[in-house]
Amino acid sequence: MIAETLSFSIPDFRLSPRIDQIGVEERASRFTKRSIKTESKINGLKLALNMIDLTTLEGKDTEGKVKQLCYKAQHLHDVYENLPTVAAVCVYPSMVRIAKKALGNSGVKVASVATAFPSGQAPKDVKIRDTKFAVNEGADEVDMVISRGKFLEGDYNFVFDEIAEIKEACGTARLKVILETGELVTYDKVRRASDIAMYAGADFIKTSTGKISPAATMPVTLVMLEAIRDFYYKTGKMIAMKPAGGISKAKLALHYLVMLKETLGEAWMNNEWFRFGASSLANDLLMQLMTQKTGVYQSANYFSID
Amino acid sequence: MAKAKNNTLKLNFDTKWGYSPAPESKSIAKIEAKYDLFINGKFEKPLSKKYFDTINPATEEKLSEVADANAADVDKAVKAARIAYNNVWGKMPAKERAKYIYRIARMIQERAREFAVIESLDGGKPIRESRDIDVPVAANHFFYYAGWADKLQYAFPNRNPKPLGVAGQIIPWNFPLLMAAWKIAPALATGNTVVLKPAETTPLTALKLAEIIQESELPAGVVNIITGAGATGAAIVNHSDINKIAFTGSTDVGKIIQRAVAGTNKKITLELGGKAANIIFDDAPIDQAVEGIINGIYFNQGHVCCAGSRLFVQESVFDEVIRKLKDRLETLIVGDPLDKNTDIGAINSKQQMETIHKYLKIGEKEGAEMYQSNCPLPKKGYFIRPTLFTNVAQSSRIVQEEIFGPVLTVQTFRTDDEVIEKANNTPFGLSAGVWTDKGSKIFNLTTKMRAGVVWANTYNKFDPTSPFGGYKESGFGREGGLHGLSAYLNVH
Repeated sequence: MIAETLSFSIPDFRLSPRIDQIGVEERASRFTKRSIKTESKINGLKLALNMIDLTTLEGKDTEGKVKQLCYKAQHLHDVYENLPTVAAVCVYPSMVRIAKKALGNSGVKVASVATAFPSGQAPKDVKIRDTKFAVNEGADEVDMVISRGKFLEGDYNFVFDEIAEIKEACGTARLKVILETGELVTYDKVRRASDIAMYAGADFIKTSTGKISPAATMPVTLVMLEAIRDFYYKTGKMIAMKPAGGISKAKLALHYLVMLKETLGEAWMNNEWFRFGASSLANDLLMQLMTQKTGVYQSANYFSID
Repeated sequence: MAKAKNNTLKLNFDTKWGYSPAPESKSIAKIEAKYDLFINGKFEKPLSKKYFDTINPATEEKLSEVADANAADVDKAVKAARIAYNNVWGKMPAKERAKYIYRIARMIQERAREFAVIESLDGGKPIRESRDIDVPVAANHFFYYAGWADKLQYAFPNRNPKPLGVAGQIIPWNFPLLMAAWKIAPALATGNTVVLKPAETTPLTALKLAEIIQESELPAGVVNIITGAGATGAAIVNHSDINKIAFTGSTDVGKIIQRAVAGTNKKITLELGGKAANIIFDDAPIDQAVEGIINGIYFNQGHVCCAGSRLFVQESVFDEVIRKLKDRLETLIVGDPLDKNTDIGAINSKQQMETIHKYLKIGEKEGAEMYQSNCPLPKKGYFIRPTLFTNVAQSSRIVQEEIFGPVLTVQTFRTDDEVIEKANNTPFGLSAGVWTDKGSKIFNLTTKMRAGVVWANTYNKFDPTSPFGGYKESGFGREGGLHGLSAYLNVH
């Protein structure tokens, strides 16, 4: 029923393009050879800051913790003038209302994980209620997980339909579909899951929950960016990308920006179309920005932890 | 935002966030104002009394001047090599020889940055390549062959391998240091002495290598490095006291050398031109194949004898491959070879740039469609944008002749047999590439491809352990690996 509203036909996902492991890893490592210096570095660091989904997803999350995180999201490092804010704060559904209030009209979005995050091991109606709850609480974005078990069983229709139904439950909220690539293991499967998610209605495709290792890697992200590129050429529709987990250093974030620049180009170089799911990346970016400004590294104590 | 006019979608790689210049410092590169000939362990003034300039192709500025060896200088070098062979090197226990070769390898590593900078200054190749490929692989060649020096009886069991004597070696300008390593390392490991001539446009890293060889205290005369142009090469080839000629360069010169050597006792190996087919099947991992095609042809400005210059694309994926190739071309940065972000540096010489321009004109005259990226070019120096030609035929000159520049021709095919026939329909046979997800197809193609090296789902991979060389007019003899030893030995 979803498919009828689309202007393109749904392909056979068993025929998704194959990925050569050695080739994709070589290409990914080539991006890391770009040398980002001076002005380019400062602009890149600020851009990366502005693309962060500042995240807290812990069982012990409380109102107090979320409020402090939301303050940080808007005031990353006030001694540095004219810094951007992060893109969004990412929390559990129960914390959405608190985050929404704390962020007010700052422009920082509230993203909520849903669908029995992180395992996704719940009945579909529970997942839909979880999603609707988050949206009703005020979430601008919903981060769902796919049913990896069903995917690995080869039940692609189940995975597709589930995404489509969650998308419907999202209403106007943008849907990020987490593939949990660390559980899919091969690049072929990452590509296939990306295709399923995009055709089923994802606004974003996202690598990981952050609860499984490995989380985001450059080659995995490259496979997904190339899937987005192919989908764009086939349908004219832009899909956003969010690598999450494992990106904690500024240098690595810059490598990701290089990869984005050289794979999808200008249209994707902003936080509507690219995000970093990270909690500790922000401070390393800030530290590097201060280093560029002052010429010396400052102690971590000069940067608030949240 | 998404859809442009006429429903033609395009990605925009001209991004607001760009890369600031990131030049590698030149200060580490110590280049003398003048270089003499390295003969018998010393730098000696040429008997010719002549010198010629070597320039930086990216700026057209003079870097240094080097001696122009004449026949008398060549004779002096060959005599030094003969004496060293008879008195020292030929008699030295193999494991002692190995120590010297290891030492040279380590010294190249220690001075890797200096070598990389000079290689990029003198030859125009991007620092990323000279730093990550040329110099480390050159050091690896010395390490690898040092290991063989005292194990030759295991390489050739139940035989009695003996060195040939004095080897005359003539190398090209596309990988100046690396080719010197390919030539010198196996010759020394097998107990020969050497007279080596680097190309006249890129002599500096070979002369730096001479400095290292001097510091390594390799016995005098074992390696002699003399500079000069074609006449110097001819004097080496025609010298009566040379036992072996090893040449890497153009097919035209290779033919002259083979004629000159005919009827003499000289052993010979030739590594000549190529016009390699790179073949994409519709079941290939397309994004990785496209990356391989790009690296296959635009690596080192296309100045690579095994460059994948003829692309064959299965018709059903033609549009997709071309679109991806064009997108990728837009992200290649052409410019200052010393900038760490440069992908394509300067064309090696004015002469070579003119040759490439000639072929671009021929291509257009033949009715081919030319596509070049939009990358800005530096105002000075020899630069050419990466180029691809579609709408070409097997009978087009740009498909048949070696251009030796960043120029790719793209043809289509329908069946496996058709592409095998077309790929082999060339006077050359140095290398080829196959891109498919299907293992059986790889084996079928590799056995039928008349090429010395066939890469599957990768391209331009070099390793000291792997033999390299051609069929047909791409030459004969193998360099690298175990095969590379036998080119410098009499095996009875």
